[in-house]
Amino acid sequence: MTEGMVMNLVRLLLYLVGMIGFAAFNAAYLTLLERKQASWMQLRRGPTEVGPWGLLQPVADGVKLMSKQLLLPRDVDVPLFLLGPIMVVVPPILCLVTIPFSETLVARNFNLGLLMIFAFGAISTFVLMLAGLASANKFSSIAAARIVAQNIAYEIPLLVIVLSLVMSTHSFNLHTIVDQQAGGFWHWNLLRLGTNPLMPVAFLIYFICLLAESNRAPFDMVEAESELVAGVFTEYSGMGFGLFFIAEYVNIVVGCCLATILFLGGWHCPFGLLPGLHWFLIKMYALCVMVVWVRWSFPRTQFYGLLNLSWKILIPLALANLLLTAVMLKLF
Amino acid sequence: MIKYFQEIIEGAYTLAVGMGITFVRMFRRRVTLDYPYRSLTMTARYRGHIELKRDEATGQPKCVVCMACQKACPSNCIKLDGQKPEGAPRKVLTSYMLDFTTCSLCGLCVESCKFDALTFSHDYNLTSMRKEDYQTMDLLRRVGGAK
Repeated sequence: MTEGMVMNLVRLLLYLVGMIGFAAFNAAYLTLLERKQASWMQLRRGPTEVGPWGLLQPVADGVKLMSKQLLLPRDVDVPLFLLGPIMVVVPPILCLVTIPFSETLVARNFNLGLLMIFAFGAISTFVLMLAGLASANKFSSIAAARIVAQNIAYEIPLLVIVLSLVMSTHSFNLHTIVDQQAGGFWHWNLLRLGTNPLMPVAFLIYFICLLAESNRAPFDMVEAESELVAGVFTEYSGMGFGLFFIAEYVNIVVGCCLATILFLGGWHCPFGLLPGLHWFLIKMYALCVMVVWVRWSFPRTQFYGLLNLSWKILIPLALANLLLTAVMLKLF
Repeated sequence: MIKYFQEIIEGAYTLAVGMGITFVRMFRRRVTLDYPYRSLTMTARYRGHIELKRDEATGQPKCVVCMACQKACPSNCIKLDGQKPEGAPRKVLTSYMLDFTTCSLCGLCVESCKFDALTFSHDYNLTSMRKEDYQTMDLLRRVGGAK
């Protein structure tokens, strides 16, 4: 074996261990954040019993999920049903490959990193749909049908927004995109009004699409616990269900990472001081808090409301944004 | 066309107002009481199960075994018994059994008592794994009377 191969293997191992750890940690502690923040908004106190201030609650939840039996209902499509939870956690963890957490901390910097993230992001839609159909349960089937309609509807404005962003950055490489935003918050893509005066609107559309793509309230039609029991996850038990849960949170983390990179200047400090990993994490977790905040502020929309929002408002706005970017680039 | 944009802006504004409300509430004082560690004192008019009252002077139950509560009870869940010791002026209670499983907490027994010997307990933490504990609640023992 050559030295390059060894280095590659070490890199791969480090990536796998690091990213799976990062994903698991985030999934665990975002559930705690979710519960804590929800209870604060409702003037409650949230989990307090397990560990100091309930900080060990995710550990208890994990142990509980792992100690439960994996049930296999009679009519399910066994291979698909068992593959579902595995395939659903793989794409978000793969997406983390190319996320640059800081100047040097990135598993693998691709030229087409942005494209790769959206390619893998689209897979989780199919996996959720297959898991729902394989469950042979009417709630899961309805959820599977819903997830297709929802994710197709929201992928369009999302991609159009990203397209207009790529037009102004001239790069699919996330590292390059962040590098262009160095030095102060007025250089961030969010406030780059010179190339496109609608950038803040674009960020809002991106954020809304992020909520819808990761199936978060107020767009959680796929889970819709009051209508569909647990949607796609209805027939899953124990850690099978747990993996779907982890995937949901890792998807949020990936979406927030991407929002940080595309709009908020990645690892750069808002005031041009001390760039580094900490700024990336601060921005990313602030966005995660926003996601939870939105969830506990608004009730679930109805399905036609969800589709109306996408087809009648977000897509026209995103297209207008694209057109405006093109015009601005041509003129200036 | 103007209406279309107006709707979007109004919608966005109302969403922002909603998020503002939840944001303010995040920093309000919590109303949760850590129940097993702390609890509120029950209000004076809480109707728990019935309880015998004690005569502060003698330390004995005030009950004179007139049977009015037993007769008043629509669910027949009160069984009491008393006897008259030698030389005593009145009957003394020897047992007072309440079947709390059928009691509907109507309070007719408390109303019917002419000697102010019955009251509602403020105990709301009743729990037991055995049904018998509530089928035969010995109120006389709870009040610490003679047995």
